[in-house]
Amino acid sequence: MTESTDFVQIRHAQKSFGTLEVLKDISLNVARGQIVAIIGPSGSGKSTLLRAINDLDALTGGEVWLDGVQVNKQLPHRQYEKHINEMRQQIGMVFQHFNLFPHMTARENVTMAPKMLKGLSAEEADALAKEQLDKVGMLERIDYYPSQLSGGQKQRVAIARALAMNPKLMLFDEATSALDPELVSEVNQVMKKLAEEHMTMIIVTHEMDFAASVCDRVLFMDQGVVVEEGPPEQVFGNPQKARTRAFLRKELDNPE
Amino acid sequence: MGLDFTVIPKYLDVVLLGCLWTIAITVAAALVSFFGGILLAVVALYAPAVIRLPFRAFEFVFMGTPLLLQLFLIYFGLVQIGIDLPAFVAGVIGLGLHFAVYNSELIQTAIISVDRGQMEAARTLGLSRTQALRKVVVPQAVRAVIPPIGNNMIALLKDSALVSVIGVSELTLSAQRAIGATYRPFEFYLLAAAFYYVINLAMEWVQRRIERRIAISR
Ligand SMILES: Nc1ncnc2c1ncn2[C@@H]1O[C@H](COP(=O)(O)OP(=O)(O)OP(=O)(O)O)[C@@H](O)[C@H]1O
Ligand SMILES: [Mg+2]
Repeated sequence: MTESTDFVQIRHAQKSFGTLEVLKDISLNVARGQIVAIIGPSGSGKSTLLRAINDLDALTGGEVWLDGVQVNKQLPHRQYEKHINEMRQQIGMVFQHFNLFPHMTARENVTMAPKMLKGLSAEEADALAKEQLDKVGMLERIDYYPSQLSGGQKQRVAIARALAMNPKLMLFDEATSALDPELVSEVNQVMKKLAEEHMTMIIVTHEMDFAASVCDRVLFMDQGVVVEEGPPEQVFGNPQKARTRAFLRKELDNPE
Repeated sequence: MGLDFTVIPKYLDVVLLGCLWTIAITVAAALVSFFGGILLAVVALYAPAVIRLPFRAFEFVFMGTPLLLQLFLIYFGLVQIGIDLPAFVAGVIGLGLHFAVYNSELIQTAIISVDRGQMEAARTLGLSRTQALRKVVVPQAVRAVIPPIGNNMIALLKDSALVSVIGVSELTLSAQRAIGATYRPFEFYLLAAAFYYVINLAMEWVQRRIERRIAISR
């Protein structure tokens, strides 16, 4: 099952909110170390798909697999809770609005979960915090609270927090959309660095340049389906579908 | 016969001792009301009905009846079913639970107001819902309601005078004892009022310090 193209598998994902069908039979395979960008207009279901991968939004149909284990397995409630908590430890997620814990310093944000779930000692936690915050260039701010950090700094700490669980897969939901333009690149730098380290990543983004330069594959979603997918050169350079072309034209005219 | 404050020094130690009891009962009851309030809030929001409904009934009693009656019930009533509490303990429990119910209302609202993304971020890291509540949601909710909880605690200080009726020699009862010996009600009630005021100021000072301390972590 861990054959490389099967590292992450989404099989026939379906999701409805009441009568609103948000994901309509989406399948996606991601190989270990691969970086996939998901683009598409607002409301097309990008976030929902990403959030289905770690079951923040439960699918109404279909399966998600990570490294040979089904994430959304059918289990009795208690067993499922235990299972999903274990799976989520392996899946890092970064949110548009950071969602840092405001009552904790950068250090505590990074070490809280590892201490609690992996039983790290104080020294181990300290070393981990320094290692991860150094990686995102936030070591000097290790004892700052989120309220004392800029948006870009907050997002870098949030990435460090996710990395501290040593995940197999990282999910990014518009990690730079809430940032002032001048703060975007510091976060992109960190993501690029992760790419160089061959972290498997699925990145929802509105930044076409970034997607083109970092990702191995681009998925264009619209109205709950994958309209087109392929390497960035193809999707951006020579889109096959009219809907993709229309979307890209609009994005290039007024990039967000 | 005018005012004569020269009678005070002779009974000052009695009144000061009462003052200490008032501080002790206020601090103890404040702690009960704070942690009890958190517990009640979490139960009200998350516990299954079998646990929630009995708690709800309990809250009804504590919100809908006079504190005085509650103190009588705990101190004199419980003896009949074999629970003989010292007056101080009965007072702490009565006052503490009474204000726990008020604090719980505040904390519940605050828990609901914590950004949904906080719970999501915690769950994403692999925390269970209980762990996420304990480490992430509840601490933020409590920080958000420190000012109104502080107001409740000052109300608690004032209501602590009620425990005099079950015989705790706190400030009000001590003043009454001094009055019984001297027939000088005005002087000693004024003295007691001054002490209450000073304790009140001290509590406000502590509250401001706490607020300043947590301002950065909100
Ligand atoms: N919890 C929910 N309840 C009901 N409808 C929802 C919920 N979450 C999302 N939706 C709906 O599902 C559709 C897809 O939403 P989603 O957030 O996945 O879009 P998106 O592609 O991420 O959009 P954006 O680019 O604006 O972030 C939208 O119509 C949205 O209103
Ligand atoms: Mg979205």
